[in-house]
Amino acid sequence: MSSVMSRMRRGIRHGLIRRKSHEPRMDTKEVYEAASQWRLIWWKFKKHKLAMIAVPVLLLLYLMAALCDFISPTLPVTRFADYKNAPPQKIRFIDESGFHLQPFVYDMKQQTDKETFRRSFTTDTTKKYPIQLFVKGEPYKLLGLFQTDVHLFGNEQAQAPIFLMGTDSLGRDLFTRILYGARISLSFGLVGILLTLVLGLLMGGISGYLGGFVDSSIQRLIDLLVCIPTIPLWMALAAALPRSWTPLQLYFGMIVIFSVIDWTGLARVVRGKVLALREEDFTMAARLSGASDMRIITKHLLPSFSSYIIVSTSLAIPSTILGETALSFLGLGLQPPAVSWGVLLQDAQNLQTLAYQPWLLWPAAFLVVTVLMFNFLGDGLRDAADPYK
Amino acid sequence: MSEEHEVLLQIKQLKTHFHLDEGILKAVDGIDLTIKKKRTLGIVGESGCGKSVTSQAILRLVPEFAKLEGELLLHRTKGNQKGEQVDLAQLPLRSKALREIRGGEIAMIFQEPMKAFSPIHTIGNQLMESILLHQSDNRKEARHIALGTLRKVGMSNPEQRLNEYPHQLSGGMRQRAMIAMAVSSNPSLLIADEPTTALDVTVQAQVLDLLNELKETVGTSIVFITHDLGVIAEMSDEVAVMYLGKVVEYTDVDTLFHGAQHPYTEALLGSIPSISRSGARLDTIEGTVPFPMNLPSGCGFYSRCKKAVDGVCNVADIPLVEVSEGHYVRCLLAGQ
Amino acid sequence: MDSGKRILEVRSLRKHFPIQRGFFQKTVGQVKAVDDIHLHIDEGETFGLVGESGCGKSTLGRAILRAIEPSSGSVRFKNRSGGIVEVTELDPKELRALRKDMQLVFQDPYSSLNPRMTVLNIVGEPLLCNQIAKGDQLRERVKQLMEMVGLDSRHLERYPHAFSGGQRQRIGIARALATEPRFLVCDEAVSALDVSVQAQILNLLKELQERFKLSYLFISHDLGVIRHISDRVGVMYVGKLVETAHTEALFTRPMHPYTEVLMAAKPIPDPRKKKRKAVLPGEIANPAKPPEGCYFHPRCPYAAPVCSEKAPPWTEVEEGHYAACHFAGQLDLQGAGAS
Repeated sequence: MSSVMSRMRRGIRHGLIRRKSHEPRMDTKEVYEAASQWRLIWWKFKKHKLAMIAVPVLLLLYLMAALCDFISPTLPVTRFADYKNAPPQKIRFIDESGFHLQPFVYDMKQQTDKETFRRSFTTDTTKKYPIQLFVKGEPYKLLGLFQTDVHLFGNEQAQAPIFLMGTDSLGRDLFTRILYGARISLSFGLVGILLTLVLGLLMGGISGYLGGFVDSSIQRLIDLLVCIPTIPLWMALAAALPRSWTPLQLYFGMIVIFSVIDWTGLARVVRGKVLALREEDFTMAARLSGASDMRIITKHLLPSFSSYIIVSTSLAIPSTILGETALSFLGLGLQPPAVSWGVLLQDAQNLQTLAYQPWLLWPAAFLVVTVLMFNFLGDGLRDAADPYK
Repeated sequence: MSEEHEVLLQIKQLKTHFHLDEGILKAVDGIDLTIKKKRTLGIVGESGCGKSVTSQAILRLVPEFAKLEGELLLHRTKGNQKGEQVDLAQLPLRSKALREIRGGEIAMIFQEPMKAFSPIHTIGNQLMESILLHQSDNRKEARHIALGTLRKVGMSNPEQRLNEYPHQLSGGMRQRAMIAMAVSSNPSLLIADEPTTALDVTVQAQVLDLLNELKETVGTSIVFITHDLGVIAEMSDEVAVMYLGKVVEYTDVDTLFHGAQHPYTEALLGSIPSISRSGARLDTIEGTVPFPMNLPSGCGFYSRCKKAVDGVCNVADIPLVEVSEGHYVRCLLAGQ
Repeated sequence: MDSGKRILEVRSLRKHFPIQRGFFQKTVGQVKAVDDIHLHIDEGETFGLVGESGCGKSTLGRAILRAIEPSSGSVRFKNRSGGIVEVTELDPKELRALRKDMQLVFQDPYSSLNPRMTVLNIVGEPLLCNQIAKGDQLRERVKQLMEMVGLDSRHLERYPHAFSGGQRQRIGIARALATEPRFLVCDEAVSALDVSVQAQILNLLKELQERFKLSYLFISHDLGVIRHISDRVGVMYVGKLVETAHTEALFTRPMHPYTEVLMAAKPIPDPRKKKRKAVLPGEIANPAKPPEGCYFHPRCPYAAPVCSEKAPPWTEVEEGHYAACHFAGQLDLQGAGAS
């Protein structure tokens, strides 16, 4: 019975055979038989609900980051002197005359408390700005290519843009800055992992394939790197970056720092996989078929653990993003005027701001959601990674 | 099949169906078997025929989403229900009675002994645990019984083995340890699911001898599940041949090997390369076993059978017919 | 080589694995997985190699192909142009060329096929790597090979998971035959299969042998399979050959006690035939620490003092019937019966 049971289990895992449910049945035998590795992974991945939530959310986040200059109502450096530390504006549908389909905001007016000298904002119901789409605003280059001044939303009559998430102490729109920060923070995760991937694959692959002395040396190097506490090491390396560097140089400098520390885990996994796969019958069969080392590595070994690499990558991205945020938060990473979520959170460091301007914590919310979604995604990928088990 | 052997377990119309979206996977589809005291029933078939699911169904070990039907009438030999007949299929899954029967009256040994033992406890501890569960409350006595059982299964240095971990034993010794665990509580029925498939022939011979010896000395009935007809010939008193969840032939061992009537049994016998004759082409069965789901009506073996007659064999389900005393065949052409 | 018919001649082949311990990987001993093996295989012949797990039969098969490097000894092979090459001395390029002539069929039809490749790519790999065919020509050749081993050639683009165990084994055989080799090592090629499927594959191998004049080194633990397919048989125990003979001779008149025991232990699918006379005590000797003298003597029912002192010589007892036993030919050993 074992083979039937295992075929059945395989079927259940792939979502081909489902236990009694009310979903429509699919006619799958033919499809299943011609399905490639990636198709099988996709079938299994689809069954992971949290991961299926994570995919659109992450896509949306990255889309927002990519189109941040279009979506944001203004530029991250533009200051609005009359609106320092302004709270988020409420989007309204109802005014004194009743319900409107088109949402609008009221203008805000600054007041100073006579006793405490604390400034605060009140809504000015006399000035009503309906939210319009595709309004003209400050000029920018979309995706760095097309010169335009169209922004997704705003109101052309208003003297200031709509502050969805309030402003900071210099009167800059926080929503705009979060979007621009996303561009750096989110891309940091991807670019950072790319370098880690190259290092990890290279070192792990060499270690596993060559073996012997090379293997031992690389493994000892990894042992050494792993036993240094991460945060002090980051801090030491980050502190060693020259202060005179431009934000772009700092950005890449930090990516190098992270990758130098991060590749060890991946290298170990890759080495283990290479060692195991080198002993697989199909690797020997390829060798006996006259396949060269290069062909064995690229056609047999790499595809066999590509799924694992994707999994560990998707789990490593959030830690890289968190790392960058942590360092920037501590003032050791990116520096203003560069905007990243970590840089933005520097503003939320003291208790007083938290008490009076809680909206400054919005970047943290974005961060939490991003990391959570990446973890869900990684979880789903891990479950789906090896369809042949 | 003589009258003198009392019935220990009567399986009536046992079905184990897995309800899946594609349809119903009929792993076991209405089998009737009788297990008598001190006898060995061999169940033979190729992978996917349902022989392992049958054994798991007897102990109610099938996954919970599987649907179990039929009767499993066990003649109890122990406990406060001694002498009574209980239907295992009706017992609640987490009932005390079922727990008592599992391991106490019906014990099981598997193909892969490593899976039956926890790697982090010594053989002795695991053996004693099961003895303490079913037989004795006294640790000292349990140890004594454990030692005796290890001796009984022919383990060398039993005192030393008690303190060893499963991975320290060789394959044959591990299988002996598992048998020791199974027989430590003197079960009335031992279900052996491919117990020697992973072993070398010389070690297999030792284990088979041991099982036969235990049958004589302890008086245990054995259900022996295997794909190896040679082992069946050596071990069984009665044999059931299974194909696609159904018993296709059921008779005593001599009749099976010298008067088989089902074409599947015949083909199976013809496809074994023998050590006492060499050369000639082997009989084969064309094609492969179909996936036991959404099968066409009629005989399950129709698509591969050389004798199949269109319009006869593929019309309705074929009944299991007693062609001579104690010889049951599920084939319309039996005897022709 | 002394005979023109021989395709393979193995002399004193050894494969010793070092046992390494401790931080500096010091070699503390050796496992003699294959120890001083002599055998030869004729063209069109099947040499069956039988033994229990761990006896070194798979290692021997792979050492002959140099899929693992032998420690010492000679393997001489007659290539397709009739020249005789010393396989152990070939450089990697020559070895690759020779592999067109000698191939391996694996035991496990699951791990031996890359699950991420289609049948076309799996069977086509040797053709592509040896620059025999590509493109449409490759496709046609793979289709031909699939039909040859009894697979539906329309399933070219399917992945291994769509096939049953027996069909997968056919794919493995098609791959091995792609370069038209003349010598195949079948390493437990039917052990993982059900009996009826096993019979299909055995018949297929026999057919292919007749059609392409193939020579096989057929490795198996199953004496029934070995008797069925082999012309000559070798029995291995703890890295050494203990007996080789023509199949009939070996099964009717075994000369080594281990061969007798092996045959007696094999269950016969007939309840009327013999009940085993004795069960062999003990377990297979540890190849890292084999006993003195004859490795089999602690378990041998006929052991005499000389057996624990001196290793028995490899002697030709009758014509073509070799055994390594001090008492070869003097014991009255039970065979499995003539056919």
